[in-house]
Amino acid sequence: MGIVELQQVSRHFTKGRQTVEVLDSIDLTIEEGDFLALMGPSGSGKTTLLNLIGGLDQPTSGSVEVAGQQLVGLSSRKLAQWRSRNIGFIFQFYNLLPILSARRNVELPLLLTRLGGRQRRRNADVALTIVGLADRARHKPGELSGGQQQRVAIARAIVADPRILVCDEPTGDLDRETADEILDLLELLNREHGKTIIMVTHDPKAARHARHTLYLDKGNLVREAA
Amino acid sequence: MKSFPLIWSNLFRRRVRTFLTLFSIIAAFLLFGLLRSIAGAFEMGVNVAGVDRLMVSPKYSMVDGLPISHLAQIEAVEGVAGATHMTWFGGTYQNPTNFFPKFPVQPRVYFDLYSEYIIDPLQLDAFERIRTAAVAPADLVEEYGWQIGDRIPIEGDIWLRGDGSDLWEFELVGTYTVRDDESTFASFLFNYDYFDEARIPDTQGIVSNFVVRVTDPDQAGEISARIDAQFENSINPTRTATEEESNRQFAAQVGDIGLIMNSILSAVFFTILLLTANTMTQALRERIPELAVLKTLGFTDRRVALLVLLESVLLCGLGGAVGIALSGFALQALGPELQGFLGQIEMTVATTLSGVGIALLLGVVVGLNPALSARRLPVVEALRK
Repeated sequence: MGIVELQQVSRHFTKGRQTVEVLDSIDLTIEEGDFLALMGPSGSGKTTLLNLIGGLDQPTSGSVEVAGQQLVGLSSRKLAQWRSRNIGFIFQFYNLLPILSARRNVELPLLLTRLGGRQRRRNADVALTIVGLADRARHKPGELSGGQQQRVAIARAIVADPRILVCDEPTGDLDRETADEILDLLELLNREHGKTIIMVTHDPKAARHARHTLYLDKGNLVREAA
Repeated sequence: MKSFPLIWSNLFRRRVRTFLTLFSIIAAFLLFGLLRSIAGAFEMGVNVAGVDRLMVSPKYSMVDGLPISHLAQIEAVEGVAGATHMTWFGGTYQNPTNFFPKFPVQPRVYFDLYSEYIIDPLQLDAFERIRTAAVAPADLVEEYGWQIGDRIPIEGDIWLRGDGSDLWEFELVGTYTVRDDESTFASFLFNYDYFDEARIPDTQGIVSNFVVRVTDPDQAGEISARIDAQFENSINPTRTATEEESNRQFAAQVGDIGLIMNSILSAVFFTILLLTANTMTQALRERIPELAVLKTLGFTDRRVALLVLLESVLLCGLGGAVGIALSGFALQALGPELQGFLGQIEMTVATTLSGVGIALLLGVVVGLNPALSARRLPVVEALRK
């Protein structure tokens, strides 16, 4: 049994009288410790699939079981609590809070734990050290480069030690060299820290850092790359 | 309060806007503290009442005045134990801000009627004997650094001297205190005979009102009616009431002052409500993706709503606390200046607590809608913004 089990998952959106079928009866198993790249053209349903796995959205039909938890039918509150324990999110545009320092940004998920202030800061510093930004702890996002901001976002994603990292175009806003550094870091987290990583990307070079690649087209998984 | 740094940082994300809003709230609560304390001073003043004393005033207008010849007729009314008269002098000592009430009185009779006023018998003798004599409350004497024997010049504004001068000079011959510190209206008193003889002849023999002590307070209503009946058909009809009743009538005017103050405060708070609500709504709109990120990280809808609500409560609470504190300092600084006009004026615990309560309530009212919007915010759609 994989850490992610999707069975017959469909997701439709209704716009006025029109129903848009974004995902169509998807079956997917992702093993723990995998590094999976999800590729496909725009509108193929990659982000929607990622949102379902990350517990941000609910399918129209089908079963979504992640980290041993059936997500379908969970209340918004239960889903939020589940996300805080199991999922780390990394976005294309970093989505850091500009008013907080790097350390405070990384500390955010720990506000939902019972850790005291000192321990939270210590854990945040460890996460920043892992991503190589210990010396930037007091800097605000506006004072950091794009690559550094994404590293802070990665530190925030791993600080609560989730089993799964969900990455939506994590290098989409970065130059090649910086993108490679970020992807190397994700590889390290997968290899050395055992994180299961599911990454949506348009970039074949980025996908080459993953162990497996899946293609989505018009809401269907079409083939797995070698 | 693990999330306090987050709330605090969000509050000051747009410093200029937050400070402007904060200053508005501070100004509103500064006004609240001052106006409520002033209203409190009025209410405190009207509690001074002697149940066995009646006040005889002109029936139609307090500015009319009554002829002193009424006094003998009043004294003859059955149930009257004693009577005297008082005349509102007005006047200014040195400058208009040095305000304190001044009355020409009949020295001995006045102190007989106002038994709560305590004066040295020798000083009362001097007050009665010396035509230009005056006595003053001990705290007033202390405030202006007067000494017994000093000559106190008062510039008249209502009453001019017969020689056309407006300068009245009195010799301070004594001080008096008020038993149990009951009254905040203790006044500068001087000899009526001197005042009456020295003022313009046309105005001689006119007093503002009469104070009457009754033999039986339970009969006060009947005695009042008898006094008023005496003058019903004269050209100077009277209206008599117990001091308590007079004070109640005054309290009705105080009620109007309270209404005016409450109306001003309501308008101020309504404006502040709109202003702060606008600030909070804008703040929410700017930060929709960030709230979505918090939800993504595992913050529940309720927790995100609470963050927004607490931010609003913090803003209003902070503004309210600073405003109330400033009004407290302002009252301390201005208290001695205002005391002559309004008596004892101070920031009470009730005013402080009600101010803080209103500030917190304002925060909740202002923050409720943004908080509910934040709670309802759908994560996936908000992340796309």
